[in-house]
Amino acid sequence: MYVSPVREPLIKGGKNYSKVTEDITRPILTKPGKLWFFGITISSIAAVIGLIAMFITVRDGIGRWGVNRTIGWGWGITNLVWWIGIGHAGTFISAILLLFRQKWRTSINRSAEAMTIFAVMCAGVFPLLHMGRLPLAYFIFPYPNTRGLWVNFNSPLLWDVFAISTYFLVSLLFWYTGLIPDIATMRDKIKNKFIKPIYSFLSFGWKGSARHWSRHESMSLILAGLAAPLVLSVHSIVSMDFATSVIPGWHTTIFPPYFVSGAIFSGFAMVLTLMIVARKAMNIEQYITVGHIESMNKIIIATGSIVGIAYITELFMAWYSGNIYERFAFYNRAFGPYWWAYWIMMTCNVITPQLFWFRKLRRNVVFTFVVSIFINIGMWFERFVIIVTSLHRDFLPSSWSMYKPTLIEVAIFTGTLGIFFTLFFLFIRIFPVVAMAEVKGILKTSGEKTKH
Amino acid sequence: MEKKYWKSLEELKIDYRPQENQGENLPDKNALAELFDDKTISSNSSRRDFLKLFGFTVTSAALAASCEMPVRKAIPYVIQPEQITPGKAQYYASTFFDGHDYSSILVKVRDGRPIKIEGNTLSSITHGGTNARTQASILNLYDDARYKHPAIDGKETSWEEINGKIINNLNSAKGKGEKVVLLTSGIISPSTRWVINDFLQAYPNIRHVVYDTISASGMLLANEKSFGEKIIPSYSIDKAELIVSFAADFLGTWLSPVEFTKQYVKNRKLENGQKKMSRHIQFEAGMSLTGSNADKRIQIKPSEEKIILGTLYNLIAAQTGNTTFNSEPCKINLTSLAKELILHKGKSLVVSGSNDTENQYLVNTINSMLGNYGNTIHIDQPFNHKQGIDKDMEILVKEMHEGKISGMIMYNVNPVYDYPQSELFIQGIKKVGFSVSMPVFTEETAELCNYICPDHYFLEAWNDAEFKKGQFSLCQPAIRPIYNTRAAQESFLRWTGKPDAYDEVIKTYWEKNMYPKSGATGFYDFWVQSLHDGIFEPDRSSASPQPKIELTGLSGIFSNIQSIDTGIEIQLYENVSVGNGKYANNPWLQELPDPVSKITWDNYAAVSPKFAEERSLETGDLISINKEFKLPVLIQPGQAYNTISIALGYGRTTSGIVAKDVGINVYPLVRTDNKNRQYYLTHSEVKKAGSGHQFAQTQSHFSMEGRPIIREASLEEYLNNPVSGNEMHEEVDKHNQTLYKEHQFPGHHWGMSVDLNSCVGCSACLIACSAENNVPVVGKKEVARNHEMHWIRIDRYYNGDVEDPAVVRQPVMCQHCDNAPCENVCPVAATNHSDEGINQMAYNRCIGTRYCNNNCPYKVRRFNWFDYTMADSIKNNTRDPEGMTLDLKRLVLNPDVTVRAKGVIEKCSFCIQRIQDKKLTAKLENRKLQDGEIIPACAQACPADAIVFGDLNDPESKISKHFSDSRNYHLLEELHTLPSVGYLTKIRNTSSES
Repeated sequence: MYVSPVREPLIKGGKNYSKVTEDITRPILTKPGKLWFFGITISSIAAVIGLIAMFITVRDGIGRWGVNRTIGWGWGITNLVWWIGIGHAGTFISAILLLFRQKWRTSINRSAEAMTIFAVMCAGVFPLLHMGRLPLAYFIFPYPNTRGLWVNFNSPLLWDVFAISTYFLVSLLFWYTGLIPDIATMRDKIKNKFIKPIYSFLSFGWKGSARHWSRHESMSLILAGLAAPLVLSVHSIVSMDFATSVIPGWHTTIFPPYFVSGAIFSGFAMVLTLMIVARKAMNIEQYITVGHIESMNKIIIATGSIVGIAYITELFMAWYSGNIYERFAFYNRAFGPYWWAYWIMMTCNVITPQLFWFRKLRRNVVFTFVVSIFINIGMWFERFVIIVTSLHRDFLPSSWSMYKPTLIEVAIFTGTLGIFFTLFFLFIRIFPVVAMAEVKGILKTSGEKTKH
Repeated sequence: MEKKYWKSLEELKIDYRPQENQGENLPDKNALAELFDDKTISSNSSRRDFLKLFGFTVTSAALAASCEMPVRKAIPYVIQPEQITPGKAQYYASTFFDGHDYSSILVKVRDGRPIKIEGNTLSSITHGGTNARTQASILNLYDDARYKHPAIDGKETSWEEINGKIINNLNSAKGKGEKVVLLTSGIISPSTRWVINDFLQAYPNIRHVVYDTISASGMLLANEKSFGEKIIPSYSIDKAELIVSFAADFLGTWLSPVEFTKQYVKNRKLENGQKKMSRHIQFEAGMSLTGSNADKRIQIKPSEEKIILGTLYNLIAAQTGNTTFNSEPCKINLTSLAKELILHKGKSLVVSGSNDTENQYLVNTINSMLGNYGNTIHIDQPFNHKQGIDKDMEILVKEMHEGKISGMIMYNVNPVYDYPQSELFIQGIKKVGFSVSMPVFTEETAELCNYICPDHYFLEAWNDAEFKKGQFSLCQPAIRPIYNTRAAQESFLRWTGKPDAYDEVIKTYWEKNMYPKSGATGFYDFWVQSLHDGIFEPDRSSASPQPKIELTGLSGIFSNIQSIDTGIEIQLYENVSVGNGKYANNPWLQELPDPVSKITWDNYAAVSPKFAEERSLETGDLISINKEFKLPVLIQPGQAYNTISIALGYGRTTSGIVAKDVGINVYPLVRTDNKNRQYYLTHSEVKKAGSGHQFAQTQSHFSMEGRPIIREASLEEYLNNPVSGNEMHEEVDKHNQTLYKEHQFPGHHWGMSVDLNSCVGCSACLIACSAENNVPVVGKKEVARNHEMHWIRIDRYYNGDVEDPAVVRQPVMCQHCDNAPCENVCPVAATNHSDEGINQMAYNRCIGTRYCNNNCPYKVRRFNWFDYTMADSIKNNTRDPEGMTLDLKRLVLNPDVTVRAKGVIEKCSFCIQRIQDKKLTAKLENRKLQDGEIIPACAQACPADAIVFGDLNDPESKISKHFSDSRNYHLLEELHTLPSVGYLTKIRNTSSES
């Protein structure tokens, strides 16, 4: 295959197949370092704190949160949307980039997909927890019953249930399909007689035969085809939780595309945050190169600019509509009591990513890391701004109110971060963090050795 | 023929046919009743008692048996009672009077327990109106902090023993000729007066002293000077075209607020072709409920009232040919006011809330010059409830201090809490040989008494009342006494040595005195009819003579008038929730947002914005007043500069858990001056003393932000064009189009209309709604977190100058939108639309996503943040700081309305249970529902008749007429939510201002 000589190699360090296997499986086969133990301890403590806070919420009621008669959703739904958004990068990388034949995706798709799954799991915590009567959550499913009860298909919350659960299932399947050849590699490499059968089972008897490969490839393509529309649909539907309402600041048609680009934007930021640390810590810098980081930064500029345009369009439409409630809602966002949240959002999401127009900056690993953190924060604030500042001053000034999270809410959010990182730490010790089979697939065409 | 099966020969022989002496086969009624009798109930049980007890058992068992709790067995009816159908409410006419407020009422009794109070429409005083305190009084019946048994020095005892001891004490005092004092509040019950007279005759050494918590002594003395009688006249505010009130909060707390509200709104309603509207001018310092409704409100310091009245007197006297006096004129230009008053001669009314005899005398002379007596003021039908002369109490306390009093008997008074020199009283009572108190609720005074003879609560007792001369009402028990209490009247009877039951005494009294006036054919019929109606009003004529007032002693008053700098003045007032503090232990009242400040669970020092700015005070800062009283500051727009208003009735020290340590007791700030207690003081020293007080305020934003939420117009504009202020409604109506299928309401289509011109904001609807719909009380902390649960709220906005704003109010409940934003977002369809246009909640289905709450533009949905009601199945997670889930208090719950559990949304249901009940009644009677038959709790309680409910499908119904009125609009109608609630624009009578 012809490869442009201008392109820099995707895999550096003159790797061959066995070197790839050796590099990628090393963290699984060797004993974990102190850093790993340190990391998983901290994150599991956070997870436990979160679980306690969740228990308290379910036992005592939502009153333990700072939400009130005016602001029915606070940190809970903010976190839901944030986590779901983060999940988007994984699917985008594995599905859409696969369809577009972007080879650089092979180095990062595995961990990005894992991140998707863990993020969706964390996201799922919030819609469940924010329900006043968690034990009755099953009411939301349209199951046949003798009481003649049926769900309300007009409600975006119901669409959410289907969208998120579908998304989770497809992502999980896709991730696992990609894992099968690598699990088989692990099965072959592992010596421990207790763990070997587990990998053996999980590999579904993968032999690496041509027929296996052929089926694996078609399966991946089909799943990619299924997952690609999901990238667009899930966050569109999440955005409809807001867009279909009457609340000024929520009731806008721009929401679906704006949310989707925001989601990919924040997802890539999270992938960068994780990968920049992981490539260093796990010594896989030759697989996840500065080139990969640059590619991701380019996507960040694209999506970040869409988000910026959406913000400005919203402001314009609020003014242009002549609707007093709409105008006030946006004025209040920028200059009301939560002005700081709005300006954090604006700075982090609109201004900082624009710096990636400079090649030097987007190839600077430390700078990218800092910006990725900024974007993570900014995108969290975007959801906070949308939810809280729209609700806290809506139509009737008599009901206006303020919202402040309680410790319980903070603990639950910290808890989901804890769960996320705990799962991620476990993931890097159990499964190959880079898709070995796929990297090997491009080694001949895009590896350093081949090219030069 | 049906075959007869038998088990044994014996059975075969038994004849199952009814026998002649059937009664013998029935169980012994008394024996059964005695089963439930414990020793504390000493009277013989009757079948009626049995049924009452029975009702208790059944309902408490039913309550206890709900959800996951174990089933406790109840005994089914052995004898089916006549007239009483389980589950069917009974209404008993009665009277609410607590020494201050009066209402003729109906008590709703379900299965033996009173659960709701409704206004009695037959009464010519209250006309079916109630106020917040009347509505809330039902909860006090189940107050845990009541005195539960007679006690001697704090130890439980029996009635026989306590009677013996008290009679011994009384006799020995009588023998020695020592002074004994009977201290009561103003007594309006003729039978009680009769009983007390007998008692006083039996013990001639007893002196009767009347002590009113909120005194009207100044008015009584002024009227004595004017008319030779210590009376408080009654008023016809409805006949007044111009009302000038000097700090008289007649819509909230002054004299007879329910009656006055009825009268006040009568000529402010612009319906049925009425085009005239009264004009109301209020002079006051703190923003009162009444002042906030005035067409014109003028801020004055309380001490300035006299000079203003003097000036007004001179201006009117000059034009009516009366003597004028030389005095300093006041700073306010009153010429146009005087002109207006003269223009409305005989159709105006000047009232003053002052307790200064001179002020009241000036008011009398002004009214007399204007010819208002006989037209808007009636001295021949005086009120009876305020009888206390402050001097008497002062003398009594002095005598107690000097040890001249050897015995005290106290009935319906709590001077240790509410007497300004309470320290003196406390020291005094310790010097009194024996003290008897007859309290209902745990209170400060009774704690210091030797003998506590707890009185029945009014819902447990027989009584009668003559609130206004010649207008009688009866009070009958709606439940058997819950505790071992005894009617105070019976205590007096026992001490007099009479064994009679008080109800017999009332009957005798009525037979002697009322029956002859009735023209009825037999006493029994008369009695039953009176008891049924609750009232007896033999003389309803309103024509009254026009007395002439001698303008004597005015020169003395005018020589006292001078304008001096009075520094910072403190004004003390009663607020509409806890009133004078008697019912402070009522969680409903404590959680009632003040109609002006919207603050719950607190009293505060209201200061004007300018005053606050000068002293760099902020809402929530603490100030000390005269170095003694530390109060939180509230910046109150409309507060007169250099004045501070503080509500009385807070800071109870001995009460139930609810009132304890809520707010600060400022009764000690009341001072005695000019012979009467004055509810203001001058030259006060105010210093900042801290900050960080957290108020529980239900509304924190006061501006409408230019939104068309409350639409108003002036009377002039309205008369020129009835759609004034409401032009938008037509515009919105024009655009009323939809692509979707429109809702069909084939049967009824319920709607509600609120007349913003009638609503004065008294908040009776709020309490009525809470009582009817089992709305939980959440406590101060939760209200501060905006977790209040009220289904109906009264929004209050200011407009204009921050120092002198105009106030508008709007009751907001669920708008029952036909295009309800809440309905389509609920994922489980827990909230949906009925085919009668009601937005209904299926609590059982609700999973608590709160999406409906977010999407409600009116924010009327309420979420059960915690287990406020003990209705959920998780143990030990109940949040009930105010003890509303005590078994006893739960007896107040309305069994027709579900008690909501933690985690579900609730909201106004248009009182669906009442709709269903009336529909069923109509169906059983095989007739159509009448318009006005269904009255939701809020509309029922409203003393202003501001809320109308009915069927929009019936073109003749009142609601349909309201909806087609040019003043009608819907809240946020531009959102196309199509609410079933309409509002009629507010009209202000500002037209005569130039």
